[in-house]
Amino acid sequence: MAPSVDSEQLRIAGLTGVELSLPIAGPGARSYAFVIDWHIRVLLALAWLLVFWLLRLFPLVASAGTLSKALFNLLGVLPAVLIYLLYHPILELLMRGRTPGKRMAGVRLVTQNGGLPGAGAILTRNIFRLLDSLPFLYLVGLTSCMISAQRLRIGDMAAGTVLVLDTAPSAQSLSRLPALVAQTGLDAGLVELLSELLERWSSLSAEHRDRLARALLARTEHGLSSQALASAGDADLHQRLRALLSAAA
Amino acid sequence: MTASATANAWIRSRNRVWAEWLGALQIRPHRLRVLQAQRYVEQYRALAGDLATARRLLPRSTTTAALESLYAVAHASIDRSSRHGASQLRALFRARIPAAMRALRPTIAWIALLFALSTGAGLWLITQYPDLIGLFASGAMIDKVEHGQLWTEGMFNIAPSSILSVRILSNNIAVSIFAFCAGVFFGLGAFYITALNGLMLGALFAYTHQHGLDGELLKFVLAHGPVELSVMCIAAAAGTALGESLIRPDAPTRRESFQRAASALGPVLIACALLLIGCGFIEGFISPDARISMPVHAAIGFGYWGLMLLFLRGGVHLHATAPAKTQIGFQHRAIESVGRRQHAGRAQ
Repeated sequence: MAPSVDSEQLRIAGLTGVELSLPIAGPGARSYAFVIDWHIRVLLALAWLLVFWLLRLFPLVASAGTLSKALFNLLGVLPAVLIYLLYHPILELLMRGRTPGKRMAGVRLVTQNGGLPGAGAILTRNIFRLLDSLPFLYLVGLTSCMISAQRLRIGDMAAGTVLVLDTAPSAQSLSRLPALVAQTGLDAGLVELLSELLERWSSLSAEHRDRLARALLARTEHGLSSQALASAGDADLHQRLRALLSAAA
Repeated sequence: MTASATANAWIRSRNRVWAEWLGALQIRPHRLRVLQAQRYVEQYRALAGDLATARRLLPRSTTTAALESLYAVAHASIDRSSRHGASQLRALFRARIPAAMRALRPTIAWIALLFALSTGAGLWLITQYPDLIGLFASGAMIDKVEHGQLWTEGMFNIAPSSILSVRILSNNIAVSIFAFCAGVFFGLGAFYITALNGLMLGALFAYTHQHGLDGELLKFVLAHGPVELSVMCIAAAAGTALGESLIRPDAPTRRESFQRAASALGPVLIACALLLIGCGFIEGFISPDARISMPVHAAIGFGYWGLMLLFLRGGVHLHATAPAKTQIGFQHRAIESVGRRQHAGRAQ
């Protein structure tokens, strides 16, 4: 079955018949990853040139002084050029469709079938960078990314790849939830809500989190009077929620 | 039993299994032995079952989301081509590149004709209107020629050969990649680059001829030119084929047709880049060297050109060691489709 696109999701028929759904990365995540990678590769290339320049000034090996100027320059410039040009293809290949920038932006490269792209696809994708980067600041690539259904730049179209959001499996939620459900005897949905509220506690406003905490505690701590619940402060509510889950864990 | 009780009972039963999967399904499967790989596939199947159950019992929950992403990781690990680095590399040089070149032959001939015609046009244009040389050469180049010197003289003094080679080969590779990629504009970009290069070459020869320096220019070009110009024509032909895949798609959508053509023609670009590395070193070290005579330049140029032909044909052992059909089946089909499309185009 051919992969289909539903707004921002790439839907693929899995090998077992169970559909696989991958969230497609937009131009923002793509640009963010690129900017990080661009800085890394420029800094790496410059660092190599700097090291080489220092080695030339203060040769550690006696034979360095006997190298011809031409060879010395070649050894200095060529690796820097290679670092700059091969950064993306080599890292995408070694890091399974990721680069440090992509990892930080939370995106990864997959084929249209959701698999890992091979060397050919990665090379093709990177060869087309030349076209995508035209006329400046990746305008062609960004435009293509904005108007295409799967948010693809021309390189991705040529290589048959898609950039998707890399939602790493939350080990905590998969391993903790069954244990919490088993030990608290609470409803799985309720345990999920409790865990999520505690995870997001600091990012919510005090008013909202207290309201949610009171509602959840009213459902779980039946011994708690409504008066005691109403008078509990923010820190107390947080403490009670934590105790509810940590007692189980 | 209520739905929430069913969900609770099911989640409790998966406690140990999920903890095991978290460790097992996130490792790289190519490092597994056969039995471990079979176990990996079994776990993938079971995970798919759990995901389907989770979607039903716990829709929009973090547990379902975690199972989704674990399923995606395991799917990406399983749905991949086999790793046979050395044999794939052999297949690339002995089968895929020669096959793509065979499919491209007619297009290369047309591109070479376009290049020859535009070179002729450049020659005629500057012979008739010498003032127009400013369109093709920089002020510094014109000044040097008018003072009886080729701009290539003293190249060693400006930059060492090594730097020159790297600069030249990077530039040439970028031009050939661009000629290929520009084919996405329905082939017109590749035509434009070919024609522009032909015009420039013709114009420069005409201009140097007017100042008695054409022999010097020929000597400079002879060592690296045959391969460099051939590679440019090959890259432009690949770009044209890419454009043709959009004009006459051989897949349900133009995007699929474009992707097939890009995948089939990509190896040609690898060959071009490798050949241009050699050209860059010849152009940096040999071409500007006045001590090397014209016959030696010619011998190097045509010798390298002969090697290029051999390389693009897949060497001398092509038929004896052709790789297994299964390894390159798709690429062959894609290349054949490029060839068929071109044949159909000619028939029309």
